[in-house]
Amino acid sequence: MKSLWKTFKQGIIYENPLLMLMIGLCSALAVTSSVSNGIGMGLAMTFVLLFSEIVISLFRKVIPNSARIPIFIIIIAAFTTMVDLVMKAYFPELSKSMGVFIPLIVVNCIIMGRVEAFASKQSFLPVVFDSLGMGLGYTWVLVAIAAFREILGNGTFAGIQVMPGNFQPILFFILPPGGFLVFGLLTSFNIWLKNRMAKSEKAKERA
Amino acid sequence: MINAPDVGLLSLFLASILTSNVLLANFLGTCSFISISKDFKSSMGLGIAVTMVIGICSAICWAVLYFIIKPLGIEYLSFIIFIIVIAAVVQMLEMIIDRFSPGLYLALGIFLPLITVNCAVLGVILFMQIRNYNFMQAVIFGFGSGAGWWLSIMLLASIRKKLDNNNAVPAGLKGTGITLITIGFMAMAFIGFSGMIAVQ
Repeated sequence: MKSLWKTFKQGIIYENPLLMLMIGLCSALAVTSSVSNGIGMGLAMTFVLLFSEIVISLFRKVIPNSARIPIFIIIIAAFTTMVDLVMKAYFPELSKSMGVFIPLIVVNCIIMGRVEAFASKQSFLPVVFDSLGMGLGYTWVLVAIAAFREILGNGTFAGIQVMPGNFQPILFFILPPGGFLVFGLLTSFNIWLKNRMAKSEKAKERA
Repeated sequence: MINAPDVGLLSLFLASILTSNVLLANFLGTCSFISISKDFKSSMGLGIAVTMVIGICSAICWAVLYFIIKPLGIEYLSFIIFIIVIAAVVQMLEMIIDRFSPGLYLALGIFLPLITVNCAVLGVILFMQIRNYNFMQAVIFGFGSGAGWWLSIMLLASIRKKLDNNNAVPAGLKGTGITLITIGFMAMAFIGFSGMIAVQ
């Protein structure tokens, strides 16, 4: 149980796909112009990650090693198609505002990376915890970036006005350059924090 | 048969490079963009490879879309089919280049497999499908988008070369942080083009 909990925490913090591993950035930067898009993308991603990891883990002994990459891609594409169709049917507006980025989950490096590095070697339970951890880790970073960009760029949070009426929205943050800039600052802060923690640990060792 | 948008080929080409640049306006292909732009020579190789693959794949996928997928009515399978086509094209291109031009193969070889999972390729093809381009538009849009990606990776690689020689960058910003911020400023500069041509 303890090791399962550890696997879960890995994805959320220590091996966070966006902050630590720096993979899957394309869709993360594109959908974070509003919080609702961020949540939608996070959930879609978690769904695809969970089910493709489960299927691949269950069939890991049957899948021939030499043909594994095409097989993985087809399994991932199947679940992505499901998400895309469900979104189109039940959340047409959300699906429209995210455009091509739902189908692009197929080529998201996070899923391919986890499937190749984790699901193809592990059994059912660790895989479930790993994919949920990674999915949640991805979602919270998305929501954090999206909240920052939406509040500054539009004065709203998930569509609800939060800034005072005389606040002039800074359009820059909603536009693509704002996405790169906010993520760049977040990464730098993260690296700075890591360096600081490493330093204080060294100081403790010396003392 | 196709309800193609009414845009000239030249303005579509320029728009796909400048105003709706795949990377700077649509965030496609960011992962490999950041990791490869460290090195000028590799950026050149990957840029050429991406341009070739996007151009050829959008032509082939256009044919697959209008001669196979639409007549059979299997649009719901379209991106599974596209990804298989991309993988096959990349594999074939690798074999052809290896056979006819070993020098080019040595320069591009390692980048070709990487491209299969580069979201710029699938992204451009999906845009082509959504916007109902006709064949010539699809080909021009494909090569234009590839060229736009190539242009932006060359620009970033040159800037990073200068940044690496600069010791004034604070420790926390070094590496990925300053790179992302630089891309942000490049994207801002490219927004300056947006008044010129609008293709959506």
